[in-house]
Amino acid sequence: MSEWTEQTNGSTSDLDQEIGRPSMVLDVVVRAEFHALLVASLWLLFVGHNLPGGGFVGGLVVVAAFGLRLAAGGSAELLKSLRIRSEVVLSLGLLVATGTALLGLVNDGTLLQSRELHVTLPWLGEIATSSAFFFDLGVYLVVVGSFHWLLEVFSEPESEGDFE
Amino acid sequence: MIFAVVAVAILGIGNRWGSRVFLVASVGPLAALVWAVSAASRVGNGDLPTESWTWVSSLGLIIDFRADWFSILMALLISVVGIGVFLYAVSYFENSRDVARIASALVMFAGAMFGLVISDNLLLLFVFWELTSLLSYVLIGSNEEKPGARVAALHALLVTGSGGLAMLAGFILIGESADTYSLSAIVHNPPSGMVVNVAVLLVALGAFTKSAQVPFHGWLPRAMEAPTPVSAYLHSATMVKAGVFLVARFAEPFSDTTPFGPVVVVVGCASMILGGWRALRQHDLKLLLAFGTISQLGLMMVLFGSGKEKLAIAGCVLLIAHAAYKSSLFLVVGIIDHQTHTRDIRRLGMLGRKWPVVAGVAVAAAASMAGVPPFLGFLSKELAFYGFLDWSEPSGLIVLCVVAVASAFTVAYSARFVWGAFFSVRSGRAVLDPPVSTPSPNAWFALSPLVLASLGLVLGVLPLLLESLVSGSVKSLGFEVPTIHLALWGGFNAALALSALVLVAGAWMFVGRRAIERIQARFEGVPSSVGVYDATVRGVLALSGRVTAITQSGSLRVYVAVLVLTMVALPSIPLAMNGWPGSWPSLVDSPIQAVIGIIMITAAAAAAVFHRRFASVIALSVVGYGMAALFVVQGAPDLALTQVLVETLGTVAFVLVIRHLPEKFVVAKSRGNAAAIAVSVAVAVFVFWFALSARTVSETAGPEAVVATQVESTESERGPAVEERTVSEEYLERSKPEAHGSNVVNVILVDFRGLDTLGEITVLFVAAIGIVGLIRFGARRSKDRTEVDQEVVDS
Repeated sequence: MSEWTEQTNGSTSDLDQEIGRPSMVLDVVVRAEFHALLVASLWLLFVGHNLPGGGFVGGLVVVAAFGLRLAAGGSAELLKSLRIRSEVVLSLGLLVATGTALLGLVNDGTLLQSRELHVTLPWLGEIATSSAFFFDLGVYLVVVGSFHWLLEVFSEPESEGDFE
Repeated sequence: MIFAVVAVAILGIGNRWGSRVFLVASVGPLAALVWAVSAASRVGNGDLPTESWTWVSSLGLIIDFRADWFSILMALLISVVGIGVFLYAVSYFENSRDVARIASALVMFAGAMFGLVISDNLLLLFVFWELTSLLSYVLIGSNEEKPGARVAALHALLVTGSGGLAMLAGFILIGESADTYSLSAIVHNPPSGMVVNVAVLLVALGAFTKSAQVPFHGWLPRAMEAPTPVSAYLHSATMVKAGVFLVARFAEPFSDTTPFGPVVVVVGCASMILGGWRALRQHDLKLLLAFGTISQLGLMMVLFGSGKEKLAIAGCVLLIAHAAYKSSLFLVVGIIDHQTHTRDIRRLGMLGRKWPVVAGVAVAAAASMAGVPPFLGFLSKELAFYGFLDWSEPSGLIVLCVVAVASAFTVAYSARFVWGAFFSVRSGRAVLDPPVSTPSPNAWFALSPLVLASLGLVLGVLPLLLESLVSGSVKSLGFEVPTIHLALWGGFNAALALSALVLVAGAWMFVGRRAIERIQARFEGVPSSVGVYDATVRGVLALSGRVTAITQSGSLRVYVAVLVLTMVALPSIPLAMNGWPGSWPSLVDSPIQAVIGIIMITAAAAAAVFHRRFASVIALSVVGYGMAALFVVQGAPDLALTQVLVETLGTVAFVLVIRHLPEKFVVAKSRGNAAAIAVSVAVAVFVFWFALSARTVSETAGPEAVVATQVESTESERGPAVEERTVSEEYLERSKPEAHGSNVVNVILVDFRGLDTLGEITVLFVAAIGIVGLIRFGARRSKDRTEVDQEVVDS
């Protein structure tokens, strides 16, 4: 999902100028934190059905990580933090959620009807979960996609305009 | 079902096959024809084929199909004319783009129309009804580059669509008072009463808009912007007959007990006269036919709406005759338009010698329209006169006179059509125009109109073929009739005399057409239906502009105040009705709460006092984090986690936006400040009161809030706050066994209230697109504006 390259100061958006040269400390901390945050968000997503967490919160964690990248490296860094276009992630999320909802309609005759799933994965053994997980996954993707998109737009240099 | 498959298939084939896709398309009506014939044989044996699936049982929405003779009659019209039009379209759309879209829309239209005539459930009928309106919109506007076509399509959609809504209201009133939505049951056992009177008038309104009756007729002439095969199919043979179909269905049960009959007859008479009168004035062949259609539809309305069995017989015959001659006339106009690129009779003429076959077809069809023996049109007119002469009441005489006059108009405009297109010698000013080129159409092109026109002749000479169909139709409309004997020659009687009189009068009007044109010129100032429609649309737009100017003041402060006050005012009503909650909660449970509370209060006060935006934002986020800390203390980790993240992102967003704003707040005037303080206090009081009430009356609060308090109370082992079984308890119990999850908050979000969540993420999706659009577009526009300003300065 991310690619951490050497800090480039090629972009000269006004935001970057406002921030100035990022501090070394922030740079290093963000570098260390970013992937940890991603893992944490996935953990929140997966345990959500039984422990505190879930798609919405998990998605927000990812967005917070993006926020850090933005603070550390400016808008260019933000764009680099998500390789897929955020609109695609957003649409995919809505598609997954709607698809899960419709699947319930097809299988059990009721929209969003969840059922227990038992999946056997290599190495991990059997996992019991609910089909609602996929719905949560859709929520997660929608949150990530939409907020990343908004951050992009808010931070892009062209948006220097009047907000009347 | 077949229609849908064919329509999709055509879209798949796309434009590669060019206009030949219409051959594929004709499979749809062909299947309908096969179905109609097989159904006819079954109905002939006294067996009514029905099919039924329950769709939404709570709404009484049952997919209920039923075939009786009248449905079969309509289905035959739809399929036979459909096949003719589709075969014809192969030649017409020879060199057009986007053929696949038109073809698939036409097939879908045929399917919707077919569904309309065989559905036995009022709501299902409505669905098909609106489908035909929508598809008509697509088809009229199929040439989207022509502004006239777009306006016409919208006009048709608005008029027929709003008529359809009125009809739906009528259907619901009838359905509720009859306690069933089954058409056959309602017709068999009609309800009555004041409500039903209103309801049938609403239904009649729907029928009038669909069948382009006065005063809603304006859309039909405009719809002539559509490609000619579309006009031939939708606007003469099928869709506009849907209104007639409905009137026919409702006439027998409702015309005696309700004002349905008289209203339909009066409107029909008005349409007949107006349509005929306007048709005499048109120079555009297609418009001439369109006004003629309005007139003919008016006649059908009168025939069916009167609720007399003899007139209904005439109506059925006229339905068939009209479908045959009007569609073939339209197709002839299409040929003329396609070959010469004009439809103006002032530029046409003398085509008869060059295209003898086409001219013959046109003469035959027009003769049927005018009611010249031995065509089917003559038979229907004869039957109509016969029925009216039987009408004993004095009102019948008036209607008879109107019909006779309108028929004379029909004769005159039929003659005008044929003469103008094929035989007139160009004279006067028209000679100055360059003569139109007239390449001959090929045989395939002329085949469909030829077949359709000869149908009128064959059936006119041998009406025996129609006997069982017509008598069955009239019977299935609810009339008690003995076996009908149809014959072209009814002997010398009053009806025949009337027919002859009408023919003579029409011919006289045609000969004296110059005088009539002079009279018509005096009526130019009378507002037309199109004018009224345009004025209405303009009025609505102006009104909405004014409303927008008032409601959208452009001031953020006003928007926020309105939003917040609405939030306060509406829930306050039930709150006030509940009265004072009674008990106070214990203020502080643990010392740490007090500490957090003090920090939050301080930060909130600071946020209000600070003059620098950035400082205010930071203070606000302190309040937010304090809230999260309170959640943690109360044992709601989910909420706390979410709160922290939302707060963080909110602050980030603030920072990103704030850089565009001035560093300090503009110090507002004191009056504005007072208002702001008043609003803030109102909100504070409301939220406080709401929280107190929500605590004691858990059911009135939203599920999430309730669960939050519930989790807190069980985890801190203070026992349930509420004695009776609440929503939250029920969710807690059901969470594990039913949704296989032990985090209740999450289970509620993704399972119990999953539909809410689905809605919310959809809103998020739309909001994101909206925000991005606003910012990007706003930025571009302001840049444009600066450029323009720059140019102004430069010059």
